[in-house]
Amino acid sequence: MMRRLLLSVLLAPVVVLPAACGGDAPSDEDTAASGAQAAQTEGQLSAVELEQGVGPIRDLELGPVDPALASQGETFFATKCSACHKLEERFVAPALGEVLSRRRPEFVMNMILNADEMVQRHPVIRELLAEFYTPMPVQVRDPDEARAILEYLRSEQTGSTTTPSGSGASR
Amino acid sequence: MKRPINRAYTLLAVGLTAVTVGLFACQGGNGSAVGAGDMASAAQAVYVAPGEYDEFYAFMSGGFSGQLTVMGLPSGRLLKQVPVFSQFPENGWGYSEETKAMLETSHGFVPWDDAHHPELSMTDGVPDGRWIFINGNNTPRVARIDLSTFETTEILEIPNSAGNHGSPFITPDSRYLVASTRFSVPIPNRDMSIEEYKGNFKGTLSFVRADTPKEMEIAFQILMPGYDYDLAHAGKGPSDGWMFFTSYNTEEEHTLLEVTASRRDKDFVAAVNYRRAEECIASGAGTETPADYRHNYFNDDHIAVSERVNSVLVIEPSDCSDLVYFLPTPKSPHGVDVDPSGEYIVAGGKLATVIPVHSFSKMLAAIEAEDYEDVVEGIPVIRYESVIAGEVANAGLGPLHTEFDGRGYAYTTAFITSEIVKWEIGTWQVVDRIPVYYSVGHLMIPGGDSREPEGKYLVALNKITKDRYLPTGPELAHSAQLIDISGDRMRLLLDFPTQGEPHYAQGIPAEKVMNNQVQFYSLEENTHPRAAKSPAETRVVREGNEVHVYMIASRSHFTPDNIEGVRIGDEVFFHVTNVEQDWDVPHGFATMGANTAELLIMPGETRTLTWVPQEPGIYPFYCTDFCSALHQEMQGYLRVSPRNANVPLRWGIGGEWQTQQ
Repeated sequence: MMRRLLLSVLLAPVVVLPAACGGDAPSDEDTAASGAQAAQTEGQLSAVELEQGVGPIRDLELGPVDPALASQGETFFATKCSACHKLEERFVAPALGEVLSRRRPEFVMNMILNADEMVQRHPVIRELLAEFYTPMPVQVRDPDEARAILEYLRSEQTGSTTTPSGSGASR
Repeated sequence: MKRPINRAYTLLAVGLTAVTVGLFACQGGNGSAVGAGDMASAAQAVYVAPGEYDEFYAFMSGGFSGQLTVMGLPSGRLLKQVPVFSQFPENGWGYSEETKAMLETSHGFVPWDDAHHPELSMTDGVPDGRWIFINGNNTPRVARIDLSTFETTEILEIPNSAGNHGSPFITPDSRYLVASTRFSVPIPNRDMSIEEYKGNFKGTLSFVRADTPKEMEIAFQILMPGYDYDLAHAGKGPSDGWMFFTSYNTEEEHTLLEVTASRRDKDFVAAVNYRRAEECIASGAGTETPADYRHNYFNDDHIAVSERVNSVLVIEPSDCSDLVYFLPTPKSPHGVDVDPSGEYIVAGGKLATVIPVHSFSKMLAAIEAEDYEDVVEGIPVIRYESVIAGEVANAGLGPLHTEFDGRGYAYTTAFITSEIVKWEIGTWQVVDRIPVYYSVGHLMIPGGDSREPEGKYLVALNKITKDRYLPTGPELAHSAQLIDISGDRMRLLLDFPTQGEPHYAQGIPAEKVMNNQVQFYSLEENTHPRAAKSPAETRVVREGNEVHVYMIASRSHFTPDNIEGVRIGDEVFFHVTNVEQDWDVPHGFATMGANTAELLIMPGETRTLTWVPQEPGIYPFYCTDFCSALHQEMQGYLRVSPRNANVPLRWGIGGEWQTQQ
């Protein structure tokens, strides 16, 4: 009896495996392919994504700073960002007082709205993760709210706020 | 690992040493899948590939744990334990200041109860995935769990009850759930001789409005003869508007019920026309009666409050004709289950040799013809022969509970013979049977008590485990068994352990629940009066001997993380707000010497731990839920000084200290 049980146990995986591969489960080849895909993910970002970030925001046209919107943004910043970000100094996360001299405004908003994917895919953010270790959570889902936070950051910029040329790749 | 025991020998030993485990059904050997082919096919049937989801949610009562367990089917994987009627150290349920009131009762704070029967809310007689309800049996209560967050949000105590067993079975529109008392008691309860039970002890059948969150209330209680009321199920389709309750101990005995309450050959199913009760009440029947019970719920700030309720509407069958009828039912019936069509009412007569099946249409005809064999305390007893549709013979010993597959078959558990018996509705013939291991109580087919069962899987909820798993001392996890019922023959697929004692369970297609999940917990919706929602709002405030710490948690620090100026004699309240809002990012909080539990703070939420320091010194606190790469750095210090010290109250982070203005 013990012998039969043992035999069954030994046989079971052999029979199960091909069956599992035939169903929804990924086959070995699929797994290998998705591994390769992960490695190539960064390479797959377009030039626009590298520059403006991965997410819903593209090609913003910004006028002069709107103080009312900036003041709204300050409130959101206090609640959702300031536990980790300060303007003048590095804290849990990078200082943001000069962020717009390093990054395009679209990049900043995409980082706010789509942090999970940015952390996974954008080479600049992956580098930052290696430096700061704590991945940025999604704290804002409303694009208007992210826009207000951007306005607050614009109003507080201490460095040059001219649109940086090239990508967000320089820190 | 090989199983180092001889199975046949063990089975024999179990059979000999535990007669109560039962006679083993003779079919199908010892329940191992036979042969590699069968085993592989069973394994394939329950295999959920990594990253894939189960097809069904299963909600198991935790029994004597007082909680609710959530599992996936067909994998049998444990997904969550939801605290309901018992304190729960994992997340501070019943310990944190915001949740303690949930466990308040008219008897004071009750930290542990016995939960029996989960029941999903329904729309049009089909589980809808909004809420699940469960009963507290010992200190009579019913609870609502919100399935968008898997959190207990409301608990209502049931007055004039003792042993809330027949509960919380729900009507097809979720308007009412019921609570029937297992123990009859004096009503109102009073000091009297137990020997004066007969005629003085009463039972109650309570109908609780259940369709509005935060507003559960007892619509009415029906005062019944002093029997034990055991289980219930609502009618549906043609029998919509009726609720059926089993009763035993119609002998009205008060001692050695094992013998004394088994004398009569038949007890009763009580059929209650609850729409008739509404009519009677509308025309003035019923008496608003003094009572004392609690209604606990989360208020708009998501803080549990406990409200006293001082009366309940009690109606007697003699005040309201056509309200209750008794259907004689052999013998000491336990479960009562209504088939998907609503025509057949199946009672599990646990001491009967057959499964009696009543006909709803015959019941109506008998009422019309006043075909009664007796009247008990104003309640007509319909003649058995006039209401019975059929008796299922050879259905195993100790039939308890029945569920349905929606294809014309019923499945009944037989406790004593440890088997599930499949029989055909209409012919009343047994068509299949399968042994289960061991001593099965309830069974569950997803939607199996509804108008539309999902007749693919059946879960047997067994009371005795014995040799099914590696031994773990005198107490073993109760075993559930997954059985494939999609074909003509039942097929055992999987054994899996459960938590506490799952009495009843409910199942529902996963998409009906998972699509309603809240995945972002907005800080704006946190209206907790002690919440700090940004570093700027964090502070430490002395109010006499109370020190309130308004703290935030985010990966990977607390603000503030250094606190001084607390003195012996102070009571410290840590109000910790998790300012992260994305699902699956809770933070924990614990401090050395805390005499209650720890906190687990959900995203966007504020929870409060009370802590009374006993000795001067430095006390660390830290995050108990691994939250990030720097989780081990998520820590802080609190300084406690002697009673009369004049160390100033101050707090800070990153070397910047602040003081009370």
